[in-house]
Amino acid sequence: MVDAFAGLVEQRDALASGSCSSRELVDAALERHAATHVRLNAVVHSRGERAQRDADEADARRASGKVLSALDGVAIVLKDNMVMRGEPTTCSSRILEGYSSPFDACVVERLQAAGAVVLGAANMDEFAMGSSTENTIHGVAHNPWDLERTCGGSSGGSAASVSAGIVGGALGSDTGGSIRQPASFCGVTGLKPTYGRVSRWGLVAFASSLDQIGTFTHSAADAALLLETIAGHDPRDSTSIPEPVPQYSEGLDGDVEGLTIGLPKEYFDVSGGDPEVLERVRAGVADLEAAGAKVVEVSLPRTRYGVPAYYLIANAEASSNLARFDGARYGRRAEGVADYQQMYERSRSEGFGDEVKRRIMLGTYVLSAGYFDAYYKKAQQVRTLLRDDFDAAFSQCDVIATPTSPETAFALGEKIDDPVSMYLSDIYTVSANLAGIPGISVPCGLTGGLPVGLQLLGRVLDEGRLLRVADAYQRRTDHHLVHPPEFA
Amino acid sequence: MSEAREDQLYMGYEVVIGLEVHTHLRTQSKLFSPAPVAYGDEPNHNTHPVDLALPGVLPVLNRSVIELAIRLGLATHSTINERSVFSRKNYFYPDLPKGYQISQFEEPTVSDGWLEIEVASGKGKKKGKKKGGGAEVVQKRIGITRAHLEEDAGKSIHDATHATTDTLVDLNRAGVPLLEIVSEPDLRSAAEASAYLKKLRAILRYIGVSDADMEKGQFRCDANVSLRRPGAELGTRTEIKNLNSFAFVEAAINAEVERQAEVLDDGDEVVQATMAFDPATGHTSVMRLKENADDYRYFDDPDLVPLMISEADIEAVQAQLPELPDDKRDRFVAEYALSESDATTLTQSRALAQFFEDATVIHAQPKSVANWILRDVLQSLGEGDRSIEDLALTPESFAALVALVDSGRLTAKSGREIYGVLAESGGDPEAIMAERGLESVQDTGLIEGVAREVIASNPDSVDKYREGDGKVLNFLMGQVMKATQGKANPADVKQILERELAAQ
Repeated sequence: MVDAFAGLVEQRDALASGSCSSRELVDAALERHAATHVRLNAVVHSRGERAQRDADEADARRASGKVLSALDGVAIVLKDNMVMRGEPTTCSSRILEGYSSPFDACVVERLQAAGAVVLGAANMDEFAMGSSTENTIHGVAHNPWDLERTCGGSSGGSAASVSAGIVGGALGSDTGGSIRQPASFCGVTGLKPTYGRVSRWGLVAFASSLDQIGTFTHSAADAALLLETIAGHDPRDSTSIPEPVPQYSEGLDGDVEGLTIGLPKEYFDVSGGDPEVLERVRAGVADLEAAGAKVVEVSLPRTRYGVPAYYLIANAEASSNLARFDGARYGRRAEGVADYQQMYERSRSEGFGDEVKRRIMLGTYVLSAGYFDAYYKKAQQVRTLLRDDFDAAFSQCDVIATPTSPETAFALGEKIDDPVSMYLSDIYTVSANLAGIPGISVPCGLTGGLPVGLQLLGRVLDEGRLLRVADAYQRRTDHHLVHPPEFA
Repeated sequence: MSEAREDQLYMGYEVVIGLEVHTHLRTQSKLFSPAPVAYGDEPNHNTHPVDLALPGVLPVLNRSVIELAIRLGLATHSTINERSVFSRKNYFYPDLPKGYQISQFEEPTVSDGWLEIEVASGKGKKKGKKKGGGAEVVQKRIGITRAHLEEDAGKSIHDATHATTDTLVDLNRAGVPLLEIVSEPDLRSAAEASAYLKKLRAILRYIGVSDADMEKGQFRCDANVSLRRPGAELGTRTEIKNLNSFAFVEAAINAEVERQAEVLDDGDEVVQATMAFDPATGHTSVMRLKENADDYRYFDDPDLVPLMISEADIEAVQAQLPELPDDKRDRFVAEYALSESDATTLTQSRALAQFFEDATVIHAQPKSVANWILRDVLQSLGEGDRSIEDLALTPESFAALVALVDSGRLTAKSGREIYGVLAESGGDPEAIMAERGLESVQDTGLIEGVAREVIASNPDSVDKYREGDGKVLNFLMGQVMKATQGKANPADVKQILERELAAQ
């Protein structure tokens, strides 16, 4: 049997050698989920016996020599905004209570085609709106490193489930940092691929032009395995990129000789950033420099416009995307309504939480006649400028290194009544979503007993390089092998 | 814009009309989902998770609509834009599952085109085009502002038969592809509006873009109407929604013109509003004032990418485009020496024009083939939506019939009797003629004999004829026709009678 913190590569090898079965892996994950659930609240829907049955089928395939892929028989957790046939999907919202999907998300199809076992769905901020997994009908999720602290968000449950050793891999969605920030807070590796690299078919939309599915794992090598399983063109998503998927795992040679790393001066300058965090990030960059990479300073001058532009665009799209939750066809419908107008008003008032309502109202406002040009259109122009910033920076370097978040995991409740301060915690992550480029957060040490994340950003479709650099870093350091003491 | 025409003024006002036509595209599946497009099925059967707006679905453009939009663009002399963009039009309604309609807003696929309609010239007697060689008819060009692709909504049925106030929703129509074709405010009367709609529908059917069946809701019209004093700025307009027959379009526009004229004559102002037309009362009434209109919060749909159309795409469609009604009309005038008015009528429908040409190949007398179609065939088709294909008539049997009449073997009257049979149940005109003994009497000796008998037994009439009363000849002809059971050719009878009368 393997350790609870065994990564996907290790699990693959254990299954291949026969030192453990898929059923044992899945049983161990279910047991660990049960044992930690009260403390963490990371996984909100467990597939239980259905996951065990899937594991038995994987073992049967293996016994008959028909292994589907490296991930055949490995347990994976979804985020609760990815639909799976016959399973509940709530997006942590009252309005979707009782909903189960008649079809599979593309990522679910691909995981199943690879033989991976879907263990269940992870806690999240309602409709992925939030940075702390506190906006959720399932109750807040807790950080395995300090249960009084947030695991980040919105994919906090996915990050915590890997961090606490429940599973070796989980999926999340990242609209403004919702994979990378919780990965940073929970000390795991979080990858947000290029916009369009992973199909959004079956991902409940928050902000369509920004949403991207990605991975939580213990290492970059594991992320490579998981990404090559779920990535690739899907004709059901018009924004999906029709480019073949490289075998990312095969490109992990540990070599960063000659690589140029850009450090955007604006990211190391932002006041309010925790100096200890910046210190850890600089040390991480220094490790890569020692391995042969070259470090240059670059500039991303429009960074400070990123957060405002992001919240205008994301909320505008959300106000439209969430219009379908109206109580008419599925989900929660208010009772005792007199007419359809009242059905809308009451179902939505009762069904959505405060943060979702706030964003729907903001988004509706910025799209309104008379305000569109001043807000939405202006934000789209900023988006173009941010892309230009990145293009200019990537003409001088191969990857950009930054802190993932200006701080380590904050206390639960600390920011829940201060939305602007909550929004500002996305300051280092939103630009990548606005520009559509890939980013990865890797653990680069602890400060005050809490993990710090080093973010690497790359050019469009340059996930291979990001994974190679992150893997090279992890070959030389052991930050990613340090686990939360309470669960280790 | 041209000067206001005296004869088109209503109580001294110039009528200004622009039309928005929604036409269903002829596709197998919906605009953004694989669900089938079909009419008359059980409610909510032709739906896919995309049409139901289930969580996690995404739209994918049905590529077959691109060709249809290009065809319409070419047929209306429009610009087919290299880039067009799908936007979201946001509003809440039970038959709109997503809470937004995907449409085109700032960048439509087709823009800046025109089509021509025939209008009375307004000079001389107001006889219209029916009379003579079409001298009183002129072509008027109507601008087409744009034609954009969008999805239809479902149907909400606010069920009065239910004891409750439930609203029932049928989503079979949700997502059916539409082209919305918006005209410039170039129309000056209800009659012009009707002519425009008929022309547009003929074009849509010709080029296979839409079946445009009004009864199935495949061709719907909103009319924007305003009045102004000749030469003045455009007046405030109102929009009459959901007109689904030609008769309603004309009646609704006339009713709205009358209403606005009264408002203006009273010294009041027309208020911008959406109107409904009630065919039962013949009146328009305010549905919604502009100030209460929805703010649709249009923005580009981030789930879709811009639609790009290349020159090569357009050329490929152009190569396949059938001859258009106007071109066919001009060719019929040149090739078959038909009048413009007859050629226009024959080319209203592609099937009818084809029937004419097929029959003319067999019986090379275009004028008489055309006359028979314009008189008898059109009467069979009636005012309804019947098509030539609905008749049992074939070009072969029809051409044979016209040939029999032209050769004198059938009188026009007998020909019409046989035509009725062919139209209803088909058959061979020659055989029917023989069976019914309708072949005309061609034996001049026989007619001469009868004529002499008629002259001998009607001396009074003969006297009157000699005194110069020409009308008596008709009576005598009638007697001869009667004696020959109507099978003699009237022209022959007349000629023989005159000769015999002169000989005596």
